Amino acid sequence: MRYSGLEVIRQGLFGNTGWKPAWRDPAPKAEYDAIIIGGGGHGLSTAYYLAKNHGMTNIAVLEKGYLGSGNIGRNTTIVRANYFLQGNSEFYSHSMKLWEGLEADLNYNVMHSQRGLINLFHSDGQRDAFVRRGNAMINQGDDAILLDRDGVREHLPYLDFEQTRFPIYGGLLHPRGGTARHDAVAWGYARGADRRGVDLIQNCEVTGIDIENGRVTGVQTTRGAIKAKKVGMVVAGRSSQVAAMAGMRLPIESHILQAFVTEGLKPVIDHVISFGMGHFYISQSDKGGLVFGGDLDFYASYASRGNLPMVEHVMEAGMTLMPMIGRAKVLRSWGGIMDMSPDGSPIIDKTHIDGLFVDCGWNYGGFKAVPASGWCMAHLMATGESHPVAARFKLNRFATGHILDEEGTGSQHNLH
Amino acid sequence: MRIEGRGQIDRTKPVRFRFDGREMTGFKGDTLASALLANGVKLVGRSFKYHRPRGILTAGSEEPNAMVEVLQGNQQTPNVRATVQELYDGLRAQSQNRFPSLRFDMLSVNDLASPFLSAGFYYKTFMWPRALWEKLYEPLIRRAAGLGSLSGRHDEDPYEKAWAFCDVLVIGAGPAGLMAALTAARAGADVILADEDARMGGRLLSDGGEIDGKPALVWVDAALAELAALPNVRLMTRTSVTGAYDDGTFGALERVSLHRSPAPHLPRECFWRIVAGQTVLAAGALERPIAFPDNDRPGIMMAGALRAYLNRYGVAPGQRVTLIANNDSARATARDLIAAGVKVAAILDTRPNASAVEDCPVYLSATITATRGRHGLKSIHVAHAGGTAEIETDCLAMSGGWNPTVHLTCHMNGRPQWREDIAAFVPAPNAVPRLTPAGACNGAFSTAAALREGADAARTALAALGKSAPDAPLPLAEDTPYAITPFWETEGAKGRQWLDFANDVTTKDVRLSAQENFASVEHMKRYTTQGMAPDQGKNSNVGALAVLADATGRGIPQTGTTTYRPPYTPVSIAAMGAGGRGAGFAPQRFLTSDQASRDRGAPMIEAGLWYRPSYFPKPDETTWREACDREVNMVRASVGVADVSTLGKIDIQGRDAARFLDLVYTNTFSTLPVGRVRYGLMLREDGHVLDDGTTARLGENHYLMTTTTAAAGLVMRHLDFVHQAFCADWDVRFISVTETWAQFAIAGPKARALLDSLIDNAPDLPFMGVAPVSLGGINARLFRISFSGEQGYELAVPTRYGEALFRDLVARAETMGGGPYGMEALNVLRIEKGFITHAEIHGRTTAFDIGMEKMVSPKKDCIGKAAAARPGMHGAEREQLVGLKPLSDAAITAGAHLFTPGDAIKRENDQGYVTSVGYSPTLGAWLGLAFLKNGRARHGERIRLVDHLRGIDLLCEVCDPVFHDKEGTKLRA
Amino acid sequence: MRLTCPLCGPRDRREFYYYGAEDYLHRPAADAEPGAWDNYLHLRDNPAGLTNDLWYHDMGCGAWLLVTRNTVTHEIQQVQAVAAPQAAKKGAAK
Repeated sequence: MRYSGLEVIRQGLFGNTGWKPAWRDPAPKAEYDAIIIGGGGHGLSTAYYLAKNHGMTNIAVLEKGYLGSGNIGRNTTIVRANYFLQGNSEFYSHSMKLWEGLEADLNYNVMHSQRGLINLFHSDGQRDAFVRRGNAMINQGDDAILLDRDGVREHLPYLDFEQTRFPIYGGLLHPRGGTARHDAVAWGYARGADRRGVDLIQNCEVTGIDIENGRVTGVQTTRGAIKAKKVGMVVAGRSSQVAAMAGMRLPIESHILQAFVTEGLKPVIDHVISFGMGHFYISQSDKGGLVFGGDLDFYASYASRGNLPMVEHVMEAGMTLMPMIGRAKVLRSWGGIMDMSPDGSPIIDKTHIDGLFVDCGWNYGGFKAVPASGWCMAHLMATGESHPVAARFKLNRFATGHILDEEGTGSQHNLH
Repeated sequence: MRIEGRGQIDRTKPVRFRFDGREMTGFKGDTLASALLANGVKLVGRSFKYHRPRGILTAGSEEPNAMVEVLQGNQQTPNVRATVQELYDGLRAQSQNRFPSLRFDMLSVNDLASPFLSAGFYYKTFMWPRALWEKLYEPLIRRAAGLGSLSGRHDEDPYEKAWAFCDVLVIGAGPAGLMAALTAARAGADVILADEDARMGGRLLSDGGEIDGKPALVWVDAALAELAALPNVRLMTRTSVTGAYDDGTFGALERVSLHRSPAPHLPRECFWRIVAGQTVLAAGALERPIAFPDNDRPGIMMAGALRAYLNRYGVAPGQRVTLIANNDSARATARDLIAAGVKVAAILDTRPNASAVEDCPVYLSATITATRGRHGLKSIHVAHAGGTAEIETDCLAMSGGWNPTVHLTCHMNGRPQWREDIAAFVPAPNAVPRLTPAGACNGAFSTAAALREGADAARTALAALGKSAPDAPLPLAEDTPYAITPFWETEGAKGRQWLDFANDVTTKDVRLSAQENFASVEHMKRYTTQGMAPDQGKNSNVGALAVLADATGRGIPQTGTTTYRPPYTPVSIAAMGAGGRGAGFAPQRFLTSDQASRDRGAPMIEAGLWYRPSYFPKPDETTWREACDREVNMVRASVGVADVSTLGKIDIQGRDAARFLDLVYTNTFSTLPVGRVRYGLMLREDGHVLDDGTTARLGENHYLMTTTTAAAGLVMRHLDFVHQAFCADWDVRFISVTETWAQFAIAGPKARALLDSLIDNAPDLPFMGVAPVSLGGINARLFRISFSGEQGYELAVPTRYGEALFRDLVARAETMGGGPYGMEALNVLRIEKGFITHAEIHGRTTAFDIGMEKMVSPKKDCIGKAAAARPGMHGAEREQLVGLKPLSDAAITAGAHLFTPGDAIKRENDQGYVTSVGYSPTLGAWLGLAFLKNGRARHGERIRLVDHLRGIDLLCEVCDPVFHDKEGTKLRA
Repeated sequence: MRLTCPLCGPRDRREFYYYGAEDYLHRPAADAEPGAWDNYLHLRDNPAGLTNDLWYHDMGCGAWLLVTRNTVTHEIQQVQAVAAPQAAKKGAAK
């Protein structure tokens, strides 16, 4: 059924009893043309674009838990296209364009809100680095505006401009940056894929990947064996475990990134603000909670929970930057499992096994990438060729030294 | 209405307070909620979505309705639970989420539109036209949503953080917690007993009853007196343990002064990090509401809360009370009411076979099919085994059973387990290492069971600590079995039945989510927002998943719960971020010359954690550029003095020191003669440049390494790793001496003359030489090195002499036409010479990129050498360091990108970017350092420099990065 | 989270810097194949369960530590100094 304001009213008048399931609960078939392991944001968007862009509808998404149970439901919902390295900027730019048409495309309101992202800087050197970034964004066709201190004050008058530890020199405003309602993105793609005939199979854990003579032939699951000539592993957070079923070691370490939400408050923060010196970023959700986060907990972990040192560091950063949030109370904290790659950039590539593809390594930036990741992974799985905007996300780039290190902290583990 | 002779409030101490401007009086010992009820106030808030009138539901921190703003000076604290806020003289509170007033809230129109605002409606609409989302729909939604307001002003009040360590942490001071604390403390363990209430005792304060044949309060007081007298016990009241973390670490929030008028010497709150060897969780249980139509009216509250208001605060929230329950616990509330002289209209027992014997009418198989009273309950309609009844009542108390407070046991991913007999979740065994749940939070609801489990849990803890407790008889107390028949929803009734009061989620919403196949409990939560409100579902989770289980045909255990995550109760950002305000966020490091520089009016800028002088303005100079140009000219013409102590200094000694340096540097240091200095390049193991700097050989087995300011800590860690991981048996040791030595650059043609004036018989050092010198009897070190391209020295003295030496050097320089120079001039001087900083070695550059490939010795291994040999790490495609000179007089800017003239300005044509720029007064031109694709082969080419952000678009000539004195004759002069 | 430094005793996590899997201890020979270096620098087992990883007592004694730890429960089983020869040669687990 098609969603619209009119339909909401029509259903409301009849007791809301006419709403149809957002997706089916099909039993797995014995064979599909392609299988996507992982029903998170990236897996669902991959399925959606395989069906929509490539006409592949005899496909299944296999999800261990419930749809959208991974990082798509555990992030700070920021959407931006402010990368500066070739290889990254075209990809995130493409993703931003898809975001901008997502609601119309999916017939689902993902509440994509282009409220503007401001990255603050605190020294001449940081300003120059942000200018380099902003110019790269414009060269890519995206938007960026350099704000001086007064310019930042105009947008964010509540920051502590008297703060002497890391005084605010200015900011880079990315007007098209913003947020989206994270769960709705998963649900929108799921519903879209289901409507195109994709089987979304929940509570179906993949326990083995069948490989014969260097070719993938299917998967073993808790709901039986399923054959397929193409299998995509789209399981950021669990990439190493799934790849191990195919005998692969990935350039990935799993880390915890915590995030926080406060109790609901009347509107007080209208932008997304990123305070790099404090590893702190914040926005306010439409429900009124302040949503914010910081840096990794910094130890390999699959626990989906973190510890106090980073919690406190994040709060201290908040207090030094914007002490007006002091009396907001943190309601909930959570931890996502990040697929950390050595250089901080993702991987969308074939593997050495025919028919087996991998989409992983999203570090802490996977949410905004959901549309383009699915788009490019679908292209790769359907055509066997990398999509041009994801051409540098190669699995072997570490071996060859073609590094995509946006942060400049290193191309080995745990420097990001 | 206050009941004479009841309660633990101090009736000799009246307390005046205001709510929504109305002045009222309560007593010391009241909460804001009990005082409001005593004053007959029923309507205290508006619900989140439908803006329904709401009253006080609970008597604890789980309160979903009675959230208010507390005002203090020009500050306000939103979302304060009136049930937790203690009354103090002058307390000012106001209702929130209403406009223009609590009684007449315009957004209550939402309630009328509720058929169109069902779960998830916003995902299905507001999509067209797209442009209206940010402009219209979203602002409207945002304004309607949210609860209380922040003031928008900086929170200037004090907060603190603290650490505490103990053998046994006991969380909760009800019967189980008190008994656990007594048992552990008597055995000599170091005990912390923490309770979120202002007064310890837990439900015993509200439920009365007897222990050892005396009123329970007598036992509580005796227990507390004993604990308070023990030196090994710390009692922490008003302290909510908010999170369980790894290795016995807990977060806890103490409300230090929120219960009194603000005092400047007291923090508002203190966030504790408690590290416990063992923990007893005695967190009690929370009562569940019952779902029936319009069960959210003011005047409807929890039965246990009603009992607390009656027995603890001496307040009857109504004159004619009705109770509805599916278990026996509400019967005691009715008896207490009757004993206090409050009229009980009826007891509605949802069970068919419960006892009908009470001193008031009892209806069995009773359900409520309707309620009336907009701003306060007036009557209810009841269906029961014998028919129907309309009951006039102004207060309805409900008890849907009790949920053990399992939250902390879930913080480390423990999943609670369903117990059919008590229709509730209890903690999984060993859910948190070294934590034992006891009492009601473990599903043991009688007082006797709580005392027993508390003592047992303490014994478990003691045994784990290697201590033992003597057997002691337990106090005698009631041990009534808990009898409950689950009742989740009033079937067949018309109207909305609330589950989540705080987020306005009804049973219909949960059923709709199942209908739309949001059938997993997590989907239901996220789709309906049940459990996402300030109470985090404490009142609604179990009820909602029971309805979901019914709608999907699964049982409750199969449906499972959502995940409880920290914090247990919300914690202010200011408390967890205490100490971060202003400059407190990070350490500040000051040079020994800091005051001397400030005395000269130098603006101090942040360099990492350090503060360094930007420039030293003269009275006639109006811009930083004037000062900078003068300082550059001064260094080039006479002599300048700069404090360079921020550079990292690592003292390296041992027979294998030379060998070790050969491993960590790309070039060779074993061949460096004693008394000489060499520039070294260090790679990360991934082949990129980690750092550069000079290292001096002070003796055969003694080196002094210099790092950049930014990488000092990084390099130290790196050296420690290389040593301990790869060559631990080598004879080499090192230590950071960055703060041991103050070091000053003396640069310029008159540098030598300045030194001669200072040091008798200053050694005649060659370029890159080092020698010990004596400065008035102080052992100092003199290096002949230069970051300016001039004849340069660096003079190092023990830190305590730094300031004196700086002032002396500057004074001497000034007699020679020289003086101090700051970071701006230092930067221009190094750009003129093409020296790199972290603007160039920004983590992505290789030795090849900066033209130092030849410094990677082919004769030996070094860290990073193998990775640097990968094909992608060198070659024409890489951006290489070049110099840039604009073809005009115009300024150029760092961060600009480079394009081949004639190419379209777009990403695909990007040729590189500018890293550093400066105006060179020496050459009378702007200079830049940049990375350009295949740059070394392009010297002499023209390149287009584009900085969109700053509106710059001009042509430059690509050149060698060394602009000034390419041959280095001045350096060596 | 708390680690027991063999030299300093039990200390809070915030005194330590984390580096990563113990793979970093097994540096290939200078002339090893590129694949060996890729393995050393990049490819990881990244287990969900027991692991050995490297921590540095940054705000303490400066010792590099090999920690045997569970990545799912965060339980710490053993902490030993990297410079102790037996630790440098092979991890405690596996």
